Amino acid sequence: MIRIFGILVVVFTLYALLMMSDPQARSLENHINLERRIGEWGVLTLGVGFVIITGGIDLSIGSVVCLAAVSFGLFLENGFNPYIGAVLVLIVSAFIGWIHGVLITKGNLQPFIVTLCGLFIYRGLAQLLTLIKFKELGQKFSQGWDTPGRVLRDSSRDVGIGDRQDLDAFLFLQRGNLPLGDWLGLPDAIGPWLNIPMPLVLLFFLAIVATVFLHQSVYGRYLYALGFNEQAAKYAGIRTDRYKTIAYILCSTLAGLGGILFLLKVRSASPSNAGSWFELYAITGAVLGGFSLRGGEGMVVGILLGTAILPLLRSFVIFAGIPSDLEFTVIGLALLLGTVADEIVRRQTGTRLFERIAGFFIKPKSTAT
Amino acid sequence: MSSPVSGDFSVSPGTPLIPVLEALDISKQFYGIKALSNVAVQIYQGEILAIIGENGAGKSTLMKVLAGVHQPDSGQVRINGAAVNFYSPSDAMKHGISLIHQELNLADNLTIADNLFLGRELLWAGPLKLLDRKAMLKLGAKFLARVGLDVDPSVLVGSLPPGQKQLVEIARSLSLNGRILIMDEPTSSLSQKESDQLVEVIKELSSEGVSVVYISHRLGEVKRVAHRVVGLRDGRNAGTLATHEISHDAMVRMMVGRDLEKFSKPMALDQSVKVRLELKQFKFIGGTPSGVTFQLKSGEILGMAGLVGAGRTELAETLFGIRPSQGGKAILDGEIFLPRSPVDAIAAGLLLVPEDRRHHGLILLQSIKHNLSLPNLKTISRFFLVDPFKEAKLSSDSIQRLGIKTTNANKLAGLLSGGNQQKVVLAKWLAVGPKVLILDEPTRGVDVGAKAEIYELIRHLASLGVAILMISSDMEEVIRLSQRVIVLHEGNLQGELSGNDINEESVMLLATGSKEVNVK
Repeated sequence: MIRIFGILVVVFTLYALLMMSDPQARSLENHINLERRIGEWGVLTLGVGFVIITGGIDLSIGSVVCLAAVSFGLFLENGFNPYIGAVLVLIVSAFIGWIHGVLITKGNLQPFIVTLCGLFIYRGLAQLLTLIKFKELGQKFSQGWDTPGRVLRDSSRDVGIGDRQDLDAFLFLQRGNLPLGDWLGLPDAIGPWLNIPMPLVLLFFLAIVATVFLHQSVYGRYLYALGFNEQAAKYAGIRTDRYKTIAYILCSTLAGLGGILFLLKVRSASPSNAGSWFELYAITGAVLGGFSLRGGEGMVVGILLGTAILPLLRSFVIFAGIPSDLEFTVIGLALLLGTVADEIVRRQTGTRLFERIAGFFIKPKSTAT
Repeated sequence: MSSPVSGDFSVSPGTPLIPVLEALDISKQFYGIKALSNVAVQIYQGEILAIIGENGAGKSTLMKVLAGVHQPDSGQVRINGAAVNFYSPSDAMKHGISLIHQELNLADNLTIADNLFLGRELLWAGPLKLLDRKAMLKLGAKFLARVGLDVDPSVLVGSLPPGQKQLVEIARSLSLNGRILIMDEPTSSLSQKESDQLVEVIKELSSEGVSVVYISHRLGEVKRVAHRVVGLRDGRNAGTLATHEISHDAMVRMMVGRDLEKFSKPMALDQSVKVRLELKQFKFIGGTPSGVTFQLKSGEILGMAGLVGAGRTELAETLFGIRPSQGGKAILDGEIFLPRSPVDAIAAGLLLVPEDRRHHGLILLQSIKHNLSLPNLKTISRFFLVDPFKEAKLSSDSIQRLGIKTTNANKLAGLLSGGNQQKVVLAKWLAVGPKVLILDEPTRGVDVGAKAEIYELIRHLASLGVAILMISSDMEEVIRLSQRVIVLHEGNLQGELSGNDINEESVMLLATGSKEVNVK
C-alpha cells in the first residue's frame, strides 16, 4: 500500500514536470496520445504482471505481439472474417503461453531461458509466415504439387489490414473514444478531455477483471502464495504447476490481444521490428508499479500507475527539448534513480517518515483478534 | 568407566603425554542457547578419537571450535601444550588442523588436482601466473596414493562416488600438511564397502602419526576404529572410554545418561480401536528394498525415532505425496491410499506438519490470516471468490482455539515466534480436518512454554480420534507422548517398542543399528 503511494507521488511529479515543460505538452492532443499509449502498453504490462507474481518472467511478449499482428494481418489479407481471425490469434497466443508453462513446470526449465527462446522463435515464425504465398499454396493443395509457381517469396514483407471495410468495430477499439464528455453534455472546454480513448477503456476493464481475479479470488491467492514460497504452497496442497501455467497463458493471451491492437494502430506491420522492445517496456512498467521480480508482490493498481511512467517520461523527453538521441539514456537513468530511491526509502529511517505521510491518507486496517 | 575427562590418561603405551591438540573448559552459546558448557577433550599423536552423542549434544560445535570455525566464549585450545587462538579455519589449518565437513567442500566442476590445489595452485616461474598443470597432476597423484585412491587426478570430482570424494577431501588435508584430521560423520553418506575402505585409510594414517577426530553415529564402526571414545550429552562431557572399555552398551549408556527421568506414560490403547493407516512393505526413496510395515490406530500417538538421515522425513513426505512412492501398499481407512501429490493426501485427510517450517510449513511474507486460509480457501469461498467474512472468522477462531499470540491476524507469519508459527501450521490443518496427522519434529525451535502447549494439543487431537505419527529426535518428547514407538535406522524399520519398553536406551540401541527387534 505504501509502495503504491510512492509510485503515485512519482507519477504526479512526472506529470507536473511534463506540464511545465512546454505549452504543447498541455494540449488535448498530447493527453489523448498519452492515454492511448498507456492503454496499449498497459494490456501487456498487466499480462506480465501475472507471471512476475509467480516469480517468473516473460521475455517473449514483444515477439508474441509481432506474431499475433502478422497472423491477424494474414487472416485479413486472405479474406477471413475478422472476428474469427482475432479469436484464432488469441487461441494461438494462449497455446504459446501453455507451452511456456509446461516447459517451465513439467520440464523444470528456467522461465528466463524458455521465454528468451520464444523471443527468437516467434519473431522468426512471423517472418516465415510472411514468406508464404498462401494462394499458390492453396492451389498446390487443390491441384497437385506440379502446378507452376513458387510457394515462398524471396524475402519477408510487411503485412497490413489493407482496405478491408468490415473492420469498423476493431478500428473503434483502437482509435475510438468512450465519449463520456459528450454524454454528459459538458461544454467544449471540458467535454473533449473526458472522451477517453478506447485502449485505455479496455485497460480499465481488464484491470477491474484482474483485480477481482488477483485480489478477491481463490486463484489469485494461489498465485501470490506460490510466488512467495512455491514449496510451502505445494505443501499446502496447491497445484502449483497448474496455476503457474495459467499465469503464462494469461500473459501470452494478453500479448496476442496487444498484437491485434498494434496492427490496427499501424495498419501495416513489419515482422522484423513489430513489437520489438515491448517485453522490456512491459516488465519495466510492472517493476515500476511495485512488482518484485522475486515474486509474490504487486497489485493491479500498481500496474496502472507503473505503466504510465514510461509514456510520461518519453513525452517529457520530447517536450523538454532533450535531444531524442538521449531518450533511452534518460529513461534508463530515471529507472535507475527510481529503483535506488525505493531501496533507500525502504532501508533508511525514511521508511517511518514515509509511513507517517502515507498513513495520513491510508487508514490502517482494523485489528482482528 | 565414566571418570571425569580431566585427569583421564587412558592412553595407549608409547604415546607422549602432551596432547597434540587439547580443548580445555570450552563453553559456547548461540543466541542464548548453551551449545557447549565446560567441555574438555584431548587428542594425542597418532590417535583415533571418536566423539559420540545424540543429535544436538554439541559434537559438531566442538569440532568447529577446534577447527577455528567458531570462537569459544570461554576456555582454551592448546596445541602441543601451548595456548592458541584461532580466528578462522585458515588459522587452524596453519597448525595442521583440518575439518572435513558432513557436506563436502569440493567443487564438482573442477578436476581432483584443481581441487587439491585450490587457492594455492602451482605456477610456472615468471610474472604471468600461468598454471603448472603437469606439476599439480604429478603431486596430486602422490597425495591420492597416500589415501589409497587409484584415480587419475585429472578426473572431474563430480564424477566420483561419495566415498572417493571423501578420500579426495582427506588427500587435500594431507597436502595442506594436516596432522590432525577432524571428520564430522564421514561415513554417513557412504555405502558399507566405502566406509570400510575409509576406515582402513584412517587406520593407516594413524599409524603414520596423523591424529584423527572422528564423529560417527555408527557405533559398530566406532568400535572397530577408535582408540578412545569421548561422549557428549547436552553440551557437556559425558565420559571417556579407553580402548578396552569400548562396547555398544557402554557407548549408548554414555550418550543417554543414567539418570532417566520418569514420565507418566500415556495410556495404552484398547485392542478394539480401529486401524486408520496401515503400511505394508511401503517403499520410499531412502528406504530399504523391503519397505516398512506398521499400523497406526485411530487416536494413537505413534512416535517415530531415529537418527538424522534415517529416512523418517523421506517416509513422511512420501506418504504426503511430495516424493514418489516406490511400491508397497498403504491403506487409509480401509481404502488403498496412493497420493501422487499433497492434493491427494489432503483430500484423503492425511496431513503433514513439515520439518522445515520456514520453507515448507509457512509463507513467512504473508499474513497469519492468509497462511491459515490457504488450504481452506475452497471452503470459505463462494464460486471462486473468497468470502472475507468467513476468512476473518476462520482466522480469529483458529487464533483463539490454539492460543496463537499475536496482536493482529494481518501480522506477517514470519514475525511470530517459533512456537506461534508452529501453532499457525497446526491450525491451518485443524481447519481442514485431519484423519491422520504426521508431525515432523513438531517442537523444533519452539521454546519450552509453547512446547507444553503443543504437547497438550497433540494429546487432545489424539483423544478426538486423530491418528498421529510423530517424528522426533527429541527423546524425551517421544517417550512422553507416544503409546508406541517405531525406530528407523538407515531406511529400515529397526524395531517397535511399546509401553514400558520405551526408554532412551532401547530407542538408542535401535536407532544406532546396534540391535534389531523383529517386527512381525
